[in-house]
Amino acid sequence: MNDQAIIEFQDFSFQYFSQADPTLYDINLKIHPGEKILIVGPSGSGKSTLGRCLNGLIPFSYKGVITGSLKINGIETTSLDIFNLSKLIGTVLQDSDGQFVGLTVGEDIAFALENDNVAHAEMHTRVKEVARMVDMHNWLSSSPFELSGGQKQRTSLAGVLIDDVPILLFDEPLANLDPATGKTAIEIIDDIHNNSGKTIIIIEHRLEDVLHRDIDRVIVIKEGRIIADMDAHELVSSRILKVTGIREPLYVTAMKYAGIHVTSKMLPGHITSLKLEGSRNALRAWYKAITPDDHHNTNPSILRMKNISFSYDGIQKVLDDINFNIREGEMVSIIGKNGAGKSTLSKLLCGFEKEDQGTIHYKEKDIKGMTIKERAETIGLVMQNPNQMISKPMIFDEVALGLRLRNVPEDEISHRVEMVLKTCGLAPFKDWPISALSYGQKKRVTIASILVLDPKILILDEPTAGQDFRHYTEIMKFLLEINKRGVTIILITHDMHLMLEYTPRSIVLSGGRKIADTLASVVLTDSHVIAEANLKETSLFKLAQLAGIEDGTNFVQRFIDYEKGMRN
Amino acid sequence: MNSKMKLFSYNQVDSPIHRLSGLTKLICFLLLTSTVMYSYDIRVILLIMLFSLLILKVSRIKFSQIRLMIIYVLIFLFTNAVISFFFSPEQGVEIYKTRHVIGNLYGSLKLTWEQLFYQFTKFFKYASVVPLGIIFLLTTNPSEFASSLNGVKVNFKAAYAFALTLRYFPDIQRNYHDISQAQQARGLDLSHKAKPMDRFKYALLIIIPLIFSTLDRIEMISNAMDLRGFAKSHTRTWYTYRKLQRRDYAAILVSILLFLAALGVSAFINHGRFYNPFI
Repeated sequence: MNDQAIIEFQDFSFQYFSQADPTLYDINLKIHPGEKILIVGPSGSGKSTLGRCLNGLIPFSYKGVITGSLKINGIETTSLDIFNLSKLIGTVLQDSDGQFVGLTVGEDIAFALENDNVAHAEMHTRVKEVARMVDMHNWLSSSPFELSGGQKQRTSLAGVLIDDVPILLFDEPLANLDPATGKTAIEIIDDIHNNSGKTIIIIEHRLEDVLHRDIDRVIVIKEGRIIADMDAHELVSSRILKVTGIREPLYVTAMKYAGIHVTSKMLPGHITSLKLEGSRNALRAWYKAITPDDHHNTNPSILRMKNISFSYDGIQKVLDDINFNIREGEMVSIIGKNGAGKSTLSKLLCGFEKEDQGTIHYKEKDIKGMTIKERAETIGLVMQNPNQMISKPMIFDEVALGLRLRNVPEDEISHRVEMVLKTCGLAPFKDWPISALSYGQKKRVTIASILVLDPKILILDEPTAGQDFRHYTEIMKFLLEINKRGVTIILITHDMHLMLEYTPRSIVLSGGRKIADTLASVVLTDSHVIAEANLKETSLFKLAQLAGIEDGTNFVQRFIDYEKGMRN
Repeated sequence: MNSKMKLFSYNQVDSPIHRLSGLTKLICFLLLTSTVMYSYDIRVILLIMLFSLLILKVSRIKFSQIRLMIIYVLIFLFTNAVISFFFSPEQGVEIYKTRHVIGNLYGSLKLTWEQLFYQFTKFFKYASVVPLGIIFLLTTNPSEFASSLNGVKVNFKAAYAFALTLRYFPDIQRNYHDISQAQQARGLDLSHKAKPMDRFKYALLIIIPLIFSTLDRIEMISNAMDLRGFAKSHTRTWYTYRKLQRRDYAAILVSILLFLAALGVSAFINHGRFYNPFI
């Protein structure tokens, strides 16, 4: 390793003009050429700001006050503009769909070359070369709509690699990917690191997923300061994750539940490096001591799909003979990779689209004749991005909207809105403008604006997407509470933690067909379902194997039951 | 959703028209449109219309893709025709200087052959622009078109902005669709049952979230573009650049000839923009 640092922060601070306090304080950090660094931290910790300082978006697009020094390759960054910096450090942004600038893969990869005035013929040759590196060379003329999330991300990566930059910066590379694609992404990044020796910086809050492959150092940021700079084994065995609000790997959580003192000597940074000798018995004893929950639900049916088939164009079936029965008070997840038919399913339930075949029953009554508006009073849908729903400046008006559109008398409206705001923990903000709220609070507002119609079933599309552990827990606890009040909840999600921790039952779709409808613990340990639905085997299953516990699925189930017991 | 997404946006097929450069198609589009806009000769207009329908067939655009658009345009044209008749029922008489009454309509309102012929001509004049516009829109690769615009010295930022608009148009369309459905579930009535004033208010309930979620995207896109050096120099090259080829020149030539022919018909045969069969 070279002694000369490629990136060096010295007493570096930054404050956005629009903020009252600095976002980064006294950052001191050296990164050496060829290192692979992971930067973790909860939302708002300043980790993305750190990334923006590196790639030059600060101060180019986001203005503020910089103090101290940041050198890249020995050059002070304040003396470089964003274009010089883009030759030193290539950035792959979080949303690979949004940064897909070109109309086709080839064009998008070529974007940096176009801006450099590279000649037409040379450009085409280089695009082909780089596309081959990320295995996209057969897709050069495809448009973004024809690509999967992983393919879009690989295209973004190629668009950055084409400049042959010495440093690659990945800003939350896992945010929009399903578990299997995320795993592949981490592998691709690792392969590039091994083959090219480039310096790699990954900003993420999903620690366990990034630790699927080796990382040299993990930097933890909290409230604008670096609070840890250590290797993964040390970090995972310390208390830092708990303090910072970052989710520790599940297998580590399980070990701690079992009363095992996790030390860095056990190499707990990766499940593949973990040495469990000496602790196996503790884990087995813990496993045997858990009393399993009864998962039998005998409530009457609230929502039933019978032989549902649907296609948009009359040719390709997006849903093919779907059957399921959801009982009152259940909390169910619907999972499957992009294009598996999850969103279409929710559209049919809400009446946005009409099924070609089959019937949907609410409490055993066929709802075919019900309009969108009528259905909304029983089945509420919360969209993924709160900005897609919010249309009023004030919180009260936003929540009241559905009632006003139904001509409910104003005094009843104010009563009902206040009740819902209280349930959602938004009562103190009643007279606030929505723009003053955080993302998580906005999410609550959108949930409140649906709950006010008093639906019996609530469908949420990716309710925790892009949320860090603390916000994730907040939202999910809130949903649990609503669930306890008797609302049946259906969650459309990619998030395996969410399935494991909150939805006892999962319905898995693949290619428009239902391929599983069972306990989450079974789904996440069934290699066949995992492969078809782009999931990833949970590390708890590996842990069970390491501990010599034969029934891994049952181990996962007991873990879930144990956690649930702790929550109550 | 897939079939809907392709509506009004470029679709990739290999046809002689698709193979023409975007610049060529723009020039031809402008020439032919000016031709029908200038001329009030029904023979010229019908000829151009026939010609553009032929091109529409050659460019392998399916009727299902454009059905909705055609229906809207026809509705618009019919309303326009009816309204303009009531506003100036004697326009044709003024133009053609003769008066052949077909019959009484209401009070002093009479239908004349002149008026009918004039409105018939006008109807086809506007209608014939539609296939031309459709061809241009649906067969032109936006970024290739941007590159040809830049090739004729149009500022590349402006050219790129155009390509980008078309790149994100389907996204915004889909977003609009999703938002509109979610708002309908909250009780928004977009049907004709709602009063016009309410419908305007309701439209805002969709447009506001659309604007906010689109603004999020714009920030992201512009960051992505900055990070990859957009506009670092005063020029740029284009991945999709195509040199004008012989078929491009041929197409432009055909359009110019049609344009000149129409001018010729006006100047030497009709002695004016109108063709008058009544004298």
